[in-house]
Amino acid sequence: MSSEYHDPANVNNPEHADHHIVQPGTYIAVYITLLVFTGITVGAAFIDLHILNPIIAVGIACFKAVIVMLFFMHVIYQSKLIKLTVSAGFFTFLILIAMTLTDYISRAWGRW
Amino acid sequence: MSATSSTIVNLPDQRTATIPKKNYITAEHGLLSWVLTGDHKRIAMLYLISITFFFFIGGAFAGLIRLELLTPQPDLVASDTYNKLFSMHGIVMVFLFLVPSVPATLGNFLIPIMIGAKDLAFPKINLLSWYLYLVGGVLTLGALVMGGVDTGWTFTTPLSTHYLNTHVITAGLAIFVAGFSSIFTGLNFIVTIHRMRAPGMTWFRMPLFVWANYAASILMVLGTPVLAITLVLVVLERTIHIGVFDPQLGGDPLLFQHLFWFYSHPAVYIMILPGMGVMSEVISTFSRKRVFGYTAVAFSSVAIAVFGFFVWEHHMFIMGVSNYSALVFSLLTMLVAVPSAIKVFNWAFTLQKGSITFETPMLYAFAFIGLFTIGGLTGVFLASLGLDIHLTETYFIVAHFHYVMVGGMLMAFLGGVHFWWPKMTGRMYPESISKLSAIVSFIGFNLTFMPQFILGYLGMPRRYHAYPAEYQVLNVLSTAGATVLGVGFLMPLIYLAWSLKYGAIAGNNPWQATGLEWQIQSPPLTENFIETPIMDHEAYDYEWLAHKTEQEVTTVG
Amino acid sequence: MDNTIVATHDTHAEEHHHSLPQLRHHFETEEQQREAGTFGMWLFLLTEIMFFGGLFFAYLLYRNWYNPAFVAASNQLSIPMGTVNTAILITSGFFMALAVWAAEVRKQSLLVMFLILTTVFGCAFLGVKYFEYKEKWEKHHIPGASFDVSEFINPPVSAKTGKPIEEPLSPDMARKTQIFFVLYFAMTGMHALHMIIGIVLLFWLIARARKGDFSSGYVAPIENFGLYWHFVDIVWIFLFPLLYLINRHPGT
Ligand code: HEM
Ligand SMILES: [Cu+2]
Repeated sequence: MSSEYHDPANVNNPEHADHHIVQPGTYIAVYITLLVFTGITVGAAFIDLHILNPIIAVGIACFKAVIVMLFFMHVIYQSKLIKLTVSAGFFTFLILIAMTLTDYISRAWGRW
Repeated sequence: MSATSSTIVNLPDQRTATIPKKNYITAEHGLLSWVLTGDHKRIAMLYLISITFFFFIGGAFAGLIRLELLTPQPDLVASDTYNKLFSMHGIVMVFLFLVPSVPATLGNFLIPIMIGAKDLAFPKINLLSWYLYLVGGVLTLGALVMGGVDTGWTFTTPLSTHYLNTHVITAGLAIFVAGFSSIFTGLNFIVTIHRMRAPGMTWFRMPLFVWANYAASILMVLGTPVLAITLVLVVLERTIHIGVFDPQLGGDPLLFQHLFWFYSHPAVYIMILPGMGVMSEVISTFSRKRVFGYTAVAFSSVAIAVFGFFVWEHHMFIMGVSNYSALVFSLLTMLVAVPSAIKVFNWAFTLQKGSITFETPMLYAFAFIGLFTIGGLTGVFLASLGLDIHLTETYFIVAHFHYVMVGGMLMAFLGGVHFWWPKMTGRMYPESISKLSAIVSFIGFNLTFMPQFILGYLGMPRRYHAYPAEYQVLNVLSTAGATVLGVGFLMPLIYLAWSLKYGAIAGNNPWQATGLEWQIQSPPLTENFIETPIMDHEAYDYEWLAHKTEQEVTTVG
Repeated sequence: MDNTIVATHDTHAEEHHHSLPQLRHHFETEEQQREAGTFGMWLFLLTEIMFFGGLFFAYLLYRNWYNPAFVAASNQLSIPMGTVNTAILITSGFFMALAVWAAEVRKQSLLVMFLILTTVFGCAFLGVKYFEYKEKWEKHHIPGASFDVSEFINPPVSAKTGKPIEEPLSPDMARKTQIFFVLYFAMTGMHALHMIIGIVLLFWLIARARKGDFSSGYVAPIENFGLYWHFVDIVWIFLFPLLYLINRHPGT
């Protein structure tokens, strides 16, 4: 019956993860990546790539946001619960966007 | 207790019984010990008092509305006063009563106990929620005494931003602040349910009340901020004409509707899910059976929460949204009725072959099942595009949502308050008069709102204070019903207050229910449990309870 | 299996002397308390995502509806200032990350230093923002009665090419630039408000860190504030390209 005991140190518990100390080296690497991609995104904006421009801009922003979350915010070392929570937030945000767009896009087929 | 008895109530011997000297009420004294408390049970009580206050304020508006509608002529109040009456009624009832009703009172009191915790994860934030609620309430009252708002509870733009000179900003801020109160309550519940469960309390051993509140909390956390930002934009539009909702400047009023209903449809589930949780507890207890299809009921709560985010456009079908999109939302809306139906069927199967007894909470539960089913099914009518064009903005909608909100949530709230009253106060409410009040409410309710379905179908629009003479008979019925209903709601206020002093002493487990909350003293200790409980049985395990009682008898006797 | 609710042995008494003074009575272990705090903070950030989400959707809608106006108005923002500010904010976030590390390895003076650096860069961001807002004020790009669209209808002519530096807009479309600026101020303003709240909290954290509150194993406030601060960074990471970099290659 021991498996039924609530054991905070139980590593099989999906809600639990060890407290991991991220080392400054990782932070520095992430920091530099962020700066580099800031430069890239500015540069990309000056080249005409038509529809690709906004896609690249948002893509880079997403990439930056993801590494901030994974490393600065330690999500990569966190429990499944936290990972799920973060994804749930973005999922709901996507619902807001996608479902509202079903109206706006189909209200003006072709002109959107 | 004989096997043939028609009640399961099992009270201690009244001659010797006493309320435990040490409990959360007597733990500390003085007003400060209440308003600065971190104890979830005390905060629940603070909430109970404040939401009851606002319920009766909202009820007073309802009374005036029904009084005005007694006659076809606009005679009692002026048109704009009438507009203010129904707006304030809606705002107070939705944001200051229904949203916090079950979660903030019963949920606050019971969730930690039900999962075997000493308190919510963040007691201070819990107290903060209550203060935010109060600030929201005071601001609403402020808007009221300054002259009220007449936007309707929906704050429709551009009406609210351009055409009214009432206190939209104050009311908007009030709801903004009250919204954060509900966000923090939801956040606290989610963390508590995830991180504070007692040993052995696995997810599928939790009472369904906890599941339901968990689902509602998800909606609070993810939905409410959208309302908050929408209200901020309305306030900015009104003060400095930013134009995001103003077509003259290129804005889109429908954007407001999308954002508002993105919250407000999930909000209707915030207003029903916790009530469904109460139902599961009550129905199981008074039919002495495990809830049929426990897992299905648990997951249907979560399903309702998730699907609840996919249907909001059904409030906008006639507002000029795209037909294709309306089609999609119509279908999704019908789908969301499925998990609600799952619950109703499962309760029905729980009752089947159960040893049913008819105590007051159970009467409310029966009322809930019937009324919620009617309300939910009429929702499906409204979800079908063609019918909605005929029925929208009529009394049919008013009847629909009152069937779910009053017939559903309010009945569940009252049922829950009666059910856990002995636990919260240590004393029983008087049984026969409370049964009477449940029946009076049920009759009054149907008399009030059934005619409104017909009125709506005949075409009487909502939000007008005058109507053609041929609608009068049904309106008189409705007003008469409202009077009865009012009596049905006032009675509990009086006899519950009475019972605080004179009610029979309840003992730990008057209903012989299985939840952890019933295994501890009533009223509970501040720390709930003397020793951390270990959950070694399923929820609603009546055999476990019988076995436990037997053992106690042998060890004590 | 015993069919009763049995009690765990009261291990509390033994645990107590090596547990932190900050362990609140209703938690079993420090671990449980810390994880509850982190989880609570993340849930709060979810509400923030949805809060900003409404604004982001409004932006998406109007950017598509009034694309020419958004392009022209966006080009009025200063790329150097925006880029520098992005770098400043990322730097501030970087120091915050280091502060969390310093707290975890219990280095008090490093912790205080990193927190101060976080604050300094946060304030620098707001300073740059102030100059950007001021420029908008001077150009009459603040939405409202004095909002001026003439520059969008008749863009100044470039000395080099002799052509207008920007595609001229029809008067109707030019008025829609106001929507861009409304969203610009609403979004960056809401972001700045979060920064200001963060900086106030930072002052409080610095004061406590100097007393040594966070360098003996109790790091939750630092960690959770870090989450908040990085979230504010993330919002900016999206705001920057969306507001400043819509289309920086006119005419091509
Ligand atoms: C069970 C499935 C349900 C369905 C399919 C459903 C469907 C609908 C639809 C289609 C409308 C829009 C009618 C219109 O404006 O033309 C509506 C309105 C409404 N529903 Fe429901 N509903 C359901 C349950 C609920 C519940 C549980 C509640 C609250 C506890 C609720 C509260 C409301 C409210 C307040 C309105 C009117 C809002 C307003 O315009 O003021 N509904 N419902
Ligand atoms: Cu709805």
